[in-house]
Amino acid sequence: MPGSPEILTEARRLRDHFADQGGLVVKAEVLQPAETLLDLYGEDIRARAYLTSDPLRGEMVLRPDFTVPVVQMHMETHAEPARYTYSGKVFRKQESDETRANEYVQVGYEVFDGQNPAGADAEVFATIAAGLDGLPVRAATGDIGILTAAVRGLQTTDARKAALLRHIWRPGRFKALLKRYGGAEMPASRAALLAADDPFAEAGPDIGRRSREEVAARIDALRADAAAAPIAGEEIGLIDAILSLRETCPNVLSALRDIAVDMPAVRDAVGRMSARLDALAARGIDVEALEFEGSYGRTSLEYYDGFVFGFYASDRPDLPPVATGGRYDALTARLGQGRAVPAVGGVIRPDLVMGLSC
Amino acid sequence: MLKLGVPSKGRLMDKTFQWFGQRGVTLRKSGSDREYAGAVDGIDGVELVLLSAGEIPRELAAGNIHLGVTGTDLLREKLANWDSRVAELAPMGFGRADLIIAVPQAWVDVDTLDDLDAAAAAFRGQHGLRLRIATKYHRLVREFLRDHGVADYQLVDSQGATEGTVKNETAEAIADITSTGETLRANGLKILNDGLIHASQATLFRGRRAGWTDDQRQKLKALQLVLGI
Repeated sequence: MPGSPEILTEARRLRDHFADQGGLVVKAEVLQPAETLLDLYGEDIRARAYLTSDPLRGEMVLRPDFTVPVVQMHMETHAEPARYTYSGKVFRKQESDETRANEYVQVGYEVFDGQNPAGADAEVFATIAAGLDGLPVRAATGDIGILTAAVRGLQTTDARKAALLRHIWRPGRFKALLKRYGGAEMPASRAALLAADDPFAEAGPDIGRRSREEVAARIDALRADAAAAPIAGEEIGLIDAILSLRETCPNVLSALRDIAVDMPAVRDAVGRMSARLDALAARGIDVEALEFEGSYGRTSLEYYDGFVFGFYASDRPDLPPVATGGRYDALTARLGQGRAVPAVGGVIRPDLVMGLSC
Repeated sequence: MLKLGVPSKGRLMDKTFQWFGQRGVTLRKSGSDREYAGAVDGIDGVELVLLSAGEIPRELAAGNIHLGVTGTDLLREKLANWDSRVAELAPMGFGRADLIIAVPQAWVDVDTLDDLDAAAAAFRGQHGLRLRIATKYHRLVREFLRDHGVADYQLVDSQGATEGTVKNETAEAIADITSTGETLRANGLKILNDGLIHASQATLFRGRRAGWTDDQRQKLKALQLVLGI
């Protein structure tokens, strides 16, 4: 049961733990306006969250997490630095696995502090880890910021970089784009279009809101792309190398420093990772044993854009993670209407904690 | 008693009756033409239930009917995890229709999903809204586009005359059923080269819901023997 007394007691224990670290206890409405989430995640959110419509307020959603309302609240009211904690149910549709809960409690800890990002990353990770102290869990970590820095540093056009960055969270499409920009043959229909004297010769009637000018603009963009040099195989090799990293943090750091020699654009991101590892070690985390995966956190909810982590039941890889978290600077920029606040946070599921301890 | 759900009208019903008839089982409406009661000859213990084709997936999953005839498109759209809830007994070879994605012919730059994705990104930048795709097959279309990494679109519900939504500017593209593509062309639309979401046909399904009696299982075996499936 999602709201059993045992789970609520455990949730209370975790929330008190987060409050002891300085988290201000905040609440959020169960029923949230859906507009922000739809804008952020598009159609995917309909498959994952319960949307409903209100005759006066428009589309509403049963909160799928607390992060968005907490960010909105922070952007409207509070000054940095700030720490928040909350506890409450979230609701997620399960379209393919009936055994997974569609309603469960999350207890979270969010830090808005731009002074020392490495320290804030380490603080959130260590605080979550302390909440799970003594339980049989293993941690996984990653850093989306290294991948985005590598993409930004590619020797290619801005349009290609923007397209790759847009699909960081969709690994299949990302890979296909990288392959094409690396010189793979373009589809026959595109080659024919670009070779045509009058691309609009068989265009048919102009209908709908996407105008002929927009079509012409894209043809220009396709021409420019066809004229651009392919991304060098060495650079694509470096991206693949980053994505396939799967080692302990110190080994990954050393591999990334080697990569940074050939790809100086990732140097700052690697420096941030190094500072984070120092901050984690200073908080007593055994970074020598901490796992790092280069492609960790590339799920389809575009959310985390830096440090990412999850805690998993050691002997139950089939279960969802007991805790997850990460940095979401881009989200605060999107929700803050120009004002961005570096932010990092994490959540624990007390129901899964209970499953581990008994 | 084994309950067999069959679409209650139109070509789908006629073709289903024909398909069973050719295999020695006669299905017919009983009473007047307006009544949705049916009768079965040629095998014992099978009861005919006439239903709207769209309701058959739900009734199968709920166990209210044991067997049912409907299109694979409707079934997959309406039942999450469809293959754990029903089993295909026999594709029936009629009612063929493809669920496809179509865009205006005027979009000479869009021929693949990759193009659609790029056009959607540019459209959102230009118009401030996600590219709208009109459909009634929300689940199938969303899963397909997610699997193929298409972003910056939104689905708008269209329960009929979907081909007209682009001209009417309530959508920029559509995802709909087509058999020949004639209506699409007449409405200034074209099918994406890799835009086939699902090739559907009428299919005989059995529900997987637990609680079948031995008698019902034997009836099913007998029916399968007669039908040769």
